[in-house]
Amino acid sequence: MDHNKKKAYLVNTIAVVVLYLVFFVLIQTKTMNNYFVGIAIMTCIMIIMAMSLNIVAGFLGEMALGHAGFMAIGAYASASFSMALIDSGLPLPHLVILILAMIVGGIVAGVFGFLIGTPTLRLRGDYLGIVTIGFSEIIRIFFINFGPTGGAAGLKGITRLVNFHNVYWVTIVIAFLIFTLGRSKQGRAIISIREDEIASEAAGIPTTRYKVLAFSLAAFFAGVGGALYAHYQSFLEPSKFGFMFSIEMFVIVVLGGLGSLTGSIISAIVLTVLPEMLRSFAEYRLLVYSLVLIIMMIFRPQGIFGRSEFSLTAFIESLIQRKNIKNSIGGGEAS
Amino acid sequence: MTVLSAKNITMQFGGLTAVDQFNLELSANELVGLIGPNGAGKTTIFNMLTGVYVPTVGEIVLNDQSIIKKTPHEIVKLGASRTFQNIRLFKDLTAVENVKIAYHNFIDYNMIQGMFRTKKFWDEEKKAQEECMKLLDIFDMGEYADTLAKNLPYGQQRKLEIARALASDPKVLMLDEPAAGMNPNETAELMETIHFIRNKFDITVLLIEHDMKLVMGICERIIVVDYGKTIAEGTPDEIKNNPDVIRAYLGD
Repeated sequence: MDHNKKKAYLVNTIAVVVLYLVFFVLIQTKTMNNYFVGIAIMTCIMIIMAMSLNIVAGFLGEMALGHAGFMAIGAYASASFSMALIDSGLPLPHLVILILAMIVGGIVAGVFGFLIGTPTLRLRGDYLGIVTIGFSEIIRIFFINFGPTGGAAGLKGITRLVNFHNVYWVTIVIAFLIFTLGRSKQGRAIISIREDEIASEAAGIPTTRYKVLAFSLAAFFAGVGGALYAHYQSFLEPSKFGFMFSIEMFVIVVLGGLGSLTGSIISAIVLTVLPEMLRSFAEYRLLVYSLVLIIMMIFRPQGIFGRSEFSLTAFIESLIQRKNIKNSIGGGEAS
Repeated sequence: MTVLSAKNITMQFGGLTAVDQFNLELSANELVGLIGPNGAGKTTIFNMLTGVYVPTVGEIVLNDQSIIKKTPHEIVKLGASRTFQNIRLFKDLTAVENVKIAYHNFIDYNMIQGMFRTKKFWDEEKKAQEECMKLLDIFDMGEYADTLAKNLPYGQQRKLEIARALASDPKVLMLDEPAAGMNPNETAELMETIHFIRNKFDITVLLIEHDMKLVMGICERIIVVDYGKTIAEGTPDEIKNNPDVIRAYLGD
């Protein structure tokens, strides 16, 4: 690890901790009421969903419109697991139960990602899009009719284990993991498939394996997101995981920039907070929301960040540089 | 010693026979040219040798292993890599990243180590970076390492594709029209480069080319195909004076 990398790690760690402290103070002093904390938690969950979708849509470059399906699997699997665990009466701390539930939700969703990805990833582009829509609809309809998880009436009585503090750190960890994935040899292999599948194969990359890997990983993190959602809402209904929810996630990723994780984060924040802020406009808010999307796609079709990442270190350095230039100009006038 | 051999390979697309009973023997460290008029089936032969197409009939052996029905990436692992007629780079990645992707099989860490950035990740990535930079330096492209592939000049893109093909440490390098679209100076430079890498990496080179100056200049042996069949084979001088070749190119 060279000097610059160490500096980048330090700067980002400080930023993450400072941001946490700001929220911590706001929540402790009740400046942020429960309503706003709720929005913050949902924002974190949407960030996880958008980043995980970015593995398929951004890194792999495939259209996946069934992300809500994987989220539903993760949510139901983890909720069933945690309810059984709590019923069994084991004296486990809540945080441990949540972590186990997230792992279970992630793995179950990841396995489904693998099972669905293996046959369908022969398809490309819009064909794959349609298959994934079909899959997520099957999941939704399955849960509507599946008695043990409450059917259409929904699954009640999930212990609420998620608060802002743990969801924030989980989001940070997942952001870190997906970011490092994109910069590892596996990530490069996945990105090379997006760039040119034939060339990727000719460069010695087992493309089918990496496509399935990307799909399963995206499903895994979606499952973790679903687990957080289940243990925050403490109530699950199948209708939430409909087609529109998948589209919403896809819109977040496209708006942030396909392949840009920081873009996904910012866009998830904007698109989760904006509809809430527009609540006073009642029904017009959907109009504003849609307008924002249309304007965005006309003037910046590659998304907020395109494929590049926002770098805090580079940003700070450019600020310092600008100040130095200003100082040197100012100094010149004075002398 | 034979590195790559093809016996009676035939490729039929429906009723069209693109390649008809083609034979090929490549010895170690040879530089062989494959020429022929447009549509003669040269690229189809390449595609069969690299696993893109499976021959309708015939057998291909690379380093004593049959590569029939092997996928392209498996064939790369066995030691044959290629470039494309229309350059296929990873356009939105930098030059060094392009090479690193082909270096993939020599980077030894798993996904978990990569995601949690263990010491192994840093060591292996450092090694990969150094090796790939070395390769770029051989092509005098060190200064372009961090340039996006799509922003490179045309000649450099061609060279980068060759560098990428070499990163997988092949025994046989197949170049599909490496000089296409190059001006005479660039072609001359490319001739030197091909000669140089053949000696430096001790590999066999098979190239398709239309630029006769390049083919006659560097190939030790030339195979001429027309309508999917071999019509002549020999040294550049033999080929130049072969009546069948002249007929294929100029007509009766």
